[in-house]
Amino acid sequence: MAAFLARRLAQGIIVVALVATIVFLLIHAAPGDPFSASLENPAITESVRETWRREYGLDRPLGEQYVRYVQNVFRGNLGFSFSLQRPVVDVIGDTLPNTLLLMSVGLIGAFGLGIGTAIVQVRKRGRRVDRLLGSLSLTLFSVPDFWLALLILVGFAYWIPIFPIGGATDAVMYDMLGPAGKLADRAKHLVLPALTLALLYYPLIARHQRAALLEVLPEGYISTARAKGVGENAVITRHALRNALLPVITLLGVAFPALLTGAVFIEKVFSWPGMGLVIINSIHSRDYPLLMAAVLMGSVFVIAGSLLADVLYRAIDPRMRDEF
Amino acid sequence: MSEPLLSVENLRTWFHTPAGVAKSVDGVSFDIRAGETLGIVGESGCGKSVTALSLLRLIQPPGRIEAGSRIVFEGKDLVTIDEAGMRAVRGNRIAMIFQEPMSALNPVFTVGDQVAEVARVHGNGSRGDAWERAVEMLTLTGIPSPGERAKQYPHQLSGGMRQRVLIAMALMMNPAMIIADEPTTALDVTIQAQILELLTDLKQRLGTAILMITHDLGVIAETAERVLVMYGGEIVEEADVRTLFDDAHHPYTEGLMYAMPHITESRERLNVIPGTVPPPTAWPSGCRFRDRCRYSWERCESEHPPLYQIGAGHTSRCHLAEEPGRRAHPHLPLVEQTGAAL
Amino acid sequence: MNSDTPVTRAVFAFGSRQWRRNDRSAAFAGALLLAIAIPCLLASFVAPYDPTAQPDIIGLQSRPPSLSHPLGTDPYSRDVLSRLLYGGRLSLSVALVATIVSITLGTAYGAVAGYARGLTSSVLERVLDALLSIPRLLLLIAIFAAWRDIPVSGFVMILGATGWYGVARLVRGQVLALRNQDFIAAATALGATRLRIFTRHVLPNIVTPVVVAATLGIGHVIVLEAGLSWLGIGVRPPTASWGNMIQDGSDQIASHWWISLFPGLAIVLTVMAFNVLGDALLKALSPRRPVIE
Repeated sequence: MAAFLARRLAQGIIVVALVATIVFLLIHAAPGDPFSASLENPAITESVRETWRREYGLDRPLGEQYVRYVQNVFRGNLGFSFSLQRPVVDVIGDTLPNTLLLMSVGLIGAFGLGIGTAIVQVRKRGRRVDRLLGSLSLTLFSVPDFWLALLILVGFAYWIPIFPIGGATDAVMYDMLGPAGKLADRAKHLVLPALTLALLYYPLIARHQRAALLEVLPEGYISTARAKGVGENAVITRHALRNALLPVITLLGVAFPALLTGAVFIEKVFSWPGMGLVIINSIHSRDYPLLMAAVLMGSVFVIAGSLLADVLYRAIDPRMRDEF
Repeated sequence: MSEPLLSVENLRTWFHTPAGVAKSVDGVSFDIRAGETLGIVGESGCGKSVTALSLLRLIQPPGRIEAGSRIVFEGKDLVTIDEAGMRAVRGNRIAMIFQEPMSALNPVFTVGDQVAEVARVHGNGSRGDAWERAVEMLTLTGIPSPGERAKQYPHQLSGGMRQRVLIAMALMMNPAMIIADEPTTALDVTIQAQILELLTDLKQRLGTAILMITHDLGVIAETAERVLVMYGGEIVEEADVRTLFDDAHHPYTEGLMYAMPHITESRERLNVIPGTVPPPTAWPSGCRFRDRCRYSWERCESEHPPLYQIGAGHTSRCHLAEEPGRRAHPHLPLVEQTGAAL
Repeated sequence: MNSDTPVTRAVFAFGSRQWRRNDRSAAFAGALLLAIAIPCLLASFVAPYDPTAQPDIIGLQSRPPSLSHPLGTDPYSRDVLSRLLYGGRLSLSVALVATIVSITLGTAYGAVAGYARGLTSSVLERVLDALLSIPRLLLLIAIFAAWRDIPVSGFVMILGATGWYGVARLVRGQVLALRNQDFIAAATALGATRLRIFTRHVLPNIVTPVVVAATLGIGHVIVLEAGLSWLGIGVRPPTASWGNMIQDGSDQIASHWWISLFPGLAIVLTVMAFNVLGDALLKALSPRRPVIE
């Protein structure tokens, strides 16, 4: 296991380095620079802009900028955000946990709904429930994330005002609440965005899980279980599922980046203070360091996700445990 | 004669597919007495496995046990009782051992867990009790170091041991009957002998009835007391094992016997029964074996033979029972004459 | 167990019954797609109004659906239905062209990477891995934030240029798999060029998965373009696209729901149709994928 992890980690680092390079090239190939936005402000003269450029090293040759950039990345210095006037690392430090929280809850919801749906579909295969759930999955799979988020927001925060309109905590009341109250407030704010994420991504999981279960059902040990007197529900949830979970675990590798992308729009609609919201808000200010860091982080997520999936896969299947 | 343990009356299990209705089991009736070993022998496709699955109502859609079938066991008709009642029978009063020990065990659970599961499903004892009994059964089936083996996974055991595990599983609740579906087909010959010996031994000790399903006449010879020969979804001959080997009546049984290689004979080629089993969606009219039979005549095409009584406890589904003289005039079977395929 | 027992035969036949249901949903999806695409393509003939026309700026601002404006009007007093049709034409064309670009780039890269050896092969593979690990949306956001005023053609190219990695991996895999087979060596010995071998032997094998990937991919691109337009970095107003139409209605969605609802529904139906079609293709062509030699 250790050797495997080490190898994958090394591969991951190479990939991250490549991504950093690609991102750097792309951003710096664009016309203009971060300060072009300030062209509109007459108070900021050209000389001021020149000073800024020199300060942020933007007047240096591209090669030198690149080297400095890579050095900085591996030192943990992701630059300075112009639009927010803070080190990028700080911005990430503040907002990433929120995104991770949202993503994790969304992920749990998606897997829960997905596996649950698949089980029901397989238990009642061929019947109307199966087809209905299938159609529901298909519809949700085809829905644009931001649109669903809007609908859910309107539905459950405006028309039926059960949940708060946005944010992670109540702007006014939060500081005055006790610890239990704080937790409840956070939870309330988390419901709608996490629900949206879960609804958007469970169809993919449900489809894979259903296919995996159906593939497992003709196996000999399923007949054995039935012949032992095991009820059909237990046959599916105990005997079939354990064997059918394996392919779904690898979905974690896909789920990470997918949820990250989904979180971007959802954070915007629900004003959730995560990285996605920051990125969107910095679009118009051309905050290169922030944008580059965002893409880099995204890649790290993807690689981490697939690594996690691989590790889990090996851990769960007893047949593979012996191959270390 | 005392009440039979299990009584099957006119069992018909049909598969309703878009390609047609496959009548895999088409009117099978037999009894099993307590403690007896009944063998069912036949080629692949004759319906013997489907019969076994039907007894435990393990047939999945599009297969269905047709109305008019009755399976009477311990005073209940297994065809009509509710699912809960059926589950109480499976693994508890009637147990089944499947063919491929490779795939019959769940790879992600320990062997002990799977054997103990039978007790957990049927009994109301604790997990500990179930595990203890599981180890007991593993010991009974001759597995060395059963306590340790129980904690292992199926892929860590050999084929023979896995089959023993399946037998232990079947014995957990001390069932009145065990259905063994080709229990030795996937095993080496030497292991085969061990397993058969084990089954016979257990049966003597515990008095369990065994329904032994196989295509191998050697297995029949070793274990069965009475035999049913199946072909085309029907029983074509029923006799006790001695009579079957000495005095087979039905041409199909004859063919099977003749096809068995004998170690004392020197033969250049194996004898085969020409042709193959027709598809269950289209059983031929009249006698289903007629195209492959050396004795068939016109009557065999027009009239579906019933089970004629040949002797005590010996029946045969062949018109030769009424016209034995025809046996003196064998001919080339129709499949070979017209080159009719299948 | 003998695989030719009635049990397995029955199960197999049951599988083919599913195929018929598959056929029906594919036909339905195809019909739905045509029902959406054709009016959109003929928008200039079918649309009741000009999509950017503002005939009555005050009086027609954000009006709910009515007889004269079946889908209502937006905050800029434009007819939603007309914008929906023109927007559809744009969104669908963008998605189509971008997908074609992706497939072409992906096939080319995959072929080159597949035939490469040694260090080149490793490098190409690693670069592909790196590209595959970048979340497409984030990359696009970064690019379009940096590049401001891109014409629609550039937008489409960039969309296409970020979607070819999956196809490339597919093609590379196929090329690698077939490269070492004997019949390739035989063909080469007979004087066939690598290009000829590629087109005659490799291409037929990748057509199926690539077509399936493309069909499902169009749906993704539609949603992606919509998202980018909604953020303001895709198709710029006043040109209509389903995405920026939703943006127009986002602020007042609680009260003026129709402005954002209909473009969203259009996206859902279109993407669903593509997904069903892609699935049907997958099921129809997968189980016995012939390796054409």
